[in-house]
Amino acid sequence: MTGPDEVTRPAAPTAPAEVLDCRGQRCPLPVIGLARRLPELPVGAVLRVLADDPAAAVDIPAWCRMRGQEFVAAHSEGPGYEVRRTH
Amino acid sequence: MSAPSVYLDAATAAPPHPVARQALLAALDDGWADPARLYTQARRARQLLDAAREAAAATLGVRADELSFTPSGTTAAHSAVLGGLAGRRRVGGALVHSAIEHSAVLHAAERHVAAGGTATCVPVDRLGRVEVAAWSAAVAAPGVALAALIGASHEVGTVQPVAEAAAACAAAGVPLYVDAAQLVGRAPVPGGWSVLTASAHKWGGPPGVGLLVVRKGTRWESPWPADERESGRTPGVVNLPAVVAAAASLRAAAADAAAEAARLAPLVDLIRARVAAEVPDVEVVGDPVDRLPHLVTFSCLYVDGEALLHALDRRGFAVSSGSSCTSSTLRPSHVLEAMGVLSHGNVRVSLHRETTPAQVERFLAELPGIVTELRAEAGVVGL
Repeated sequence: MTGPDEVTRPAAPTAPAEVLDCRGQRCPLPVIGLARRLPELPVGAVLRVLADDPAAAVDIPAWCRMRGQEFVAAHSEGPGYEVRRTH
Repeated sequence: MSAPSVYLDAATAAPPHPVARQALLAALDDGWADPARLYTQARRARQLLDAAREAAAATLGVRADELSFTPSGTTAAHSAVLGGLAGRRRVGGALVHSAIEHSAVLHAAERHVAAGGTATCVPVDRLGRVEVAAWSAAVAAPGVALAALIGASHEVGTVQPVAEAAAACAAAGVPLYVDAAQLVGRAPVPGGWSVLTASAHKWGGPPGVGLLVVRKGTRWESPWPADERESGRTPGVVNLPAVVAAAASLRAAAADAAAEAARLAPLVDLIRARVAAEVPDVEVVGDPVDRLPHLVTFSCLYVDGEALLHALDRRGFAVSSGSSCTSSTLRPSHVLEAMGVLSHGNVRVSLHRETTPAQVERFLAELPGIVTELRAEAGVVGL
């Protein structure tokens, strides 16, 4: 469970620039995939990470907080987690 | 040649207190008979059981007839939850509990819900402290039969606002159950509760002994099939030698608790500070101040928790983890999840009366290199 401001915030109107499919991977691999890919996208772009390891629901928002990136939304389909590169 | 062993998992099971060993051996000779029988050997066993109950009750500051010995801390927790709910079923079928209860409490709650009851889970903040306003609102709702709050988190060490939670329960007329497994024998247990449980192997007693305390006047009904043992609160003959050892070691641990807390708390402070400073990309979690004296938890970014535990074990360090890869269910710790903190690469270190500053120093000296090696192997350096 993450803070309410992180899970209830509506998704950005723009579609994600890219989808990173980490389904079938155990944590920390989806977080590592996110950390590798996001810096390759332009600032402001949104990356959607698909990850079915339940730890991703905790660890992707936590990574965003530790790295100062924006956790945009979690989606039950995938499940998917959208992260915006802010710097 | 293997490294000398450093056991740092007291929150799972503390090494046996010397008093527990002595009492256990003595009671094996003297306390094997069934204390419920009417012959000489049984009377001797009865005397040992009564003395153990008196000693444990005196240590906790409760009446002896309020305290029962159970076959484990888990059984005590199940009894506390299901018995507290059963005793007040005429009031309603709602249980209130924090998001960070021990799994024994949560599993009892699941049983209650499966049987048609309801359960309200109260969230915690980032430090792992239950949100008192939400707690107060939850216990004041109609139909609440019981509220359950862990005294201090067994996973992250954050001490819970038991006094405030108890005041809210008292105002609502709801009995409070406190799981005091990490407090008893180590730290003062706050008042205001109606039901309390603890577990002997957490304070240096033997495994397989739990404590269930039900205060006078509490509506509590045994959830188990009828049995006359232990005032009808828990079925089956007690493991008397282990009970005697548990009571003796509880008295010894409680007598030393303040001094041990004063010795261990600075070592935990040291671990918190050095891990944060010397391991890159680490999140030390839990309340840095209002916490258990002997326990600290941290998570290392990009590190696999199981690999970290095995690497530490190879160097002689025994610790536990809340990471999903280390659990049989492959789910992350519900406590870390409720706090919204990093769950992978997680390590819980918990100290005990045999822990020395030199052992802590060796752990702190070796940990950064172990984490660096694991990150290098995984190719995540510089991410």
